[in-house]
Amino acid sequence: MKKWMRGLVPLAVVTLAATACSSGGGSSSNSSDLHGKTVNVIGTWGGDEQKAFLQMVAPWEQQTGAKVKYTGTRDINTVLTTGVASGVLPDLAGLPGPGQMAEYAANGSLKPLDDVLDMNAYKSDTASALVNLGSTNGKVYGVFIKAAVKGLIWYNPKAHDYGQAPPKTFDDLMSQGKANQGQAKSLWCLGIESGAASGWPGTDWIEDLVLRTAGPDVYTSWYEGKTKWTDPAIKAAFDLYVNDVLANTYGGDKTAVATNFGNAGDPMFANPPGCEFLHQASFITTFSQFKSHQSGTDYNFFPFPDINPQYAGAVEGAGDLFGMFHDTPAAKSLMKYLVTAQAQDIWVKIGGALSANKGATDYPDDISKRSAAILANAKYFVFDASDSMPTAMNDAFWTAMVDLTNGSKTVDQVLTQLDSVQKDAYSS
Amino acid sequence: MDSQLTTALEVVVGVPVILVAYIWGSERLVTLFPEKARRRVRPWLWIAPALAFLGFFLIYPTVQTIIRSFQSKSPLKPTWVGFANYKWFFTDSDALGALTNNVLWLLGLTIFTVGIGLLIAVLVDRVKYEAWAKSIIFLPLAISMVAAGVIWKFMYDYKPKGVPQTGTLNAVAGTVGVGPVGWLQSPTLRLSTFALIAIMVWMWTGFAMVIISAALKGIDPELLEAARVDGANEWQVFRKVTFPLLGPTIAVVSTTMIITSLKTFDIVYTLTSGNYDTNVIASLMIKEMFTFGDFGRASAVAVVLLLAIIPIMGFNIRQFRAQESVR
Repeated sequence: MKKWMRGLVPLAVVTLAATACSSGGGSSSNSSDLHGKTVNVIGTWGGDEQKAFLQMVAPWEQQTGAKVKYTGTRDINTVLTTGVASGVLPDLAGLPGPGQMAEYAANGSLKPLDDVLDMNAYKSDTASALVNLGSTNGKVYGVFIKAAVKGLIWYNPKAHDYGQAPPKTFDDLMSQGKANQGQAKSLWCLGIESGAASGWPGTDWIEDLVLRTAGPDVYTSWYEGKTKWTDPAIKAAFDLYVNDVLANTYGGDKTAVATNFGNAGDPMFANPPGCEFLHQASFITTFSQFKSHQSGTDYNFFPFPDINPQYAGAVEGAGDLFGMFHDTPAAKSLMKYLVTAQAQDIWVKIGGALSANKGATDYPDDISKRSAAILANAKYFVFDASDSMPTAMNDAFWTAMVDLTNGSKTVDQVLTQLDSVQKDAYSS
Repeated sequence: MDSQLTTALEVVVGVPVILVAYIWGSERLVTLFPEKARRRVRPWLWIAPALAFLGFFLIYPTVQTIIRSFQSKSPLKPTWVGFANYKWFFTDSDALGALTNNVLWLLGLTIFTVGIGLLIAVLVDRVKYEAWAKSIIFLPLAISMVAAGVIWKFMYDYKPKGVPQTGTLNAVAGTVGVGPVGWLQSPTLRLSTFALIAIMVWMWTGFAMVIISAALKGIDPELLEAARVDGANEWQVFRKVTFPLLGPTIAVVSTTMIITSLKTFDIVYTLTSGNYDTNVIASLMIKEMFTFGDFGRASAVAVVLLLAIIPIMGFNIRQFRAQESVR
């Protein structure tokens, strides 16, 4: 060894030592003993929902001795998009929607669950529409860890009780609402502010209207990008939204866009009430004043009434899809546990969530029992259309609803704009 | 816990050890060269780590971004698309709206921060409570952008007419019988964009003021005295003596504000998320990249932003060099 090379030896040693340190600590065991293993989970839940999830996994942690490391983020899209590109992914993660699930499954980052779950039990326990939504290319890639029924009409029974004779059709709803308005300032509570996702409660409105005026087939071809936005069937829903909803909204356009969706129902509880009805999914009971009021006596709901009798019994739902990116034994075991009725019961008992598992029955009150029944008995069940669209389309839809609700654009303007986005967003 | 401890040890012990080892090793390496060559080799060895870092963290990503801007959306299987991403940027109505807003930001933010900053610097120069006044005006700069966004969300809050206004501005407007005004919800004449610019002006005026004030203190009082003796009034002294002497400082502050305005993102994201025609280039880039996963378009936006900033940076550096050569 030459003299100068000997001089460099300490440098090489230090470098080697540093790399050796940083590569230590990886998992390399494949035994079934999960003790001390960690499962990284990323989801969209924070606050109460996060607490509920952690309570749900606690029995599994006790049983196996493994740990769940949960990170909640509002930006799941960002985390997963960059994660898939860089390869740094959690073991289990909430997926934004069936569209992204199919994308991640196609490029191989998402692992199929057919060998992980007890497929016979899963299929018999779960509504078939939800099983289908979680499948792509004949394999199950996502499970609905919790579900929600969208398009429920919430009201304050103290102002007027619709419990005995809920409106059967949308026209009936409008006329009954106006007849029983009493001291309420307006018909509809509306709030569509939601940070970067502002506008989504408006998209839910349009989706419910499209589903019930044009039916599930048009609904599907619409979110698949095969029906144009300017199509008369879609435009009819937008017109209905502007003429029947926006024209009768509490506080007018600016209030609707400036109010957070969670607080939208607050005027309903005021005396005299500001508005009569709030159109929102079953999960609203965990927000703002719903939390401090008594379900059944202070607030209640009836399902979104039918518009075209041909499509009676159609229901829109949503849910939190869950997928697996690393098939470690611990991740598999946790995934298997999460869909069981035993685990699901823990979550539904806390309230605010419905289970995709029919075996979970521990609902805390009448309201969640009824929403779960709607979910289980739907004649046509469709998933949230905007969440099924490509993200660029979904985002443009949100923005369009903000512009339309705010009154800064007309129906024709937003539809033409959405058509041009549609041309772009589906081609990639 | 253990792995965290190892990481901490690596950082605390490892980094200095490697540094010392590098310096020592490179000196050993230099001794291998003939006496004459050593003088030329040594500086390169000394700046090599810095160059490596710069190359890895700045040059490499820049080149990669430029290449990526000529490729398609998919993060995994990109294909060449030529100038399609640039064509999109200069024809899409959202992108052009964002560009317009950035121009408004550039003009509004620069003119107001430098103008008000200069005014305050000159005025407080003549009062006893100068330090107090300057501290209070400088204070907002210490607040994080997102926190400022949240504060102003309350300031601009909107409640329907007839309900107590929780937003400060609308509450004040209500006492004189005006409003409520949807400050953040008014795309007409891009009012919302100006509402957002006002927040940044509130934050950055202190910065402009402090720098200009420092330059003001550096002006020789004898010059001003001489002008006054020669019969100039206060306005003439400011216009003909003070202002030209502040010129280079104002130029540097202005370019800094221009760059700040081109980078605007946090305020827009926290207050309107780009709704109500308030989108800016940076938030457009984030959306294309992280929400839509369109790496090609996001890179094209980044390149346009880079090209827009280069001349301003160049001007800034030239200005700085000119100042240095005067000294």
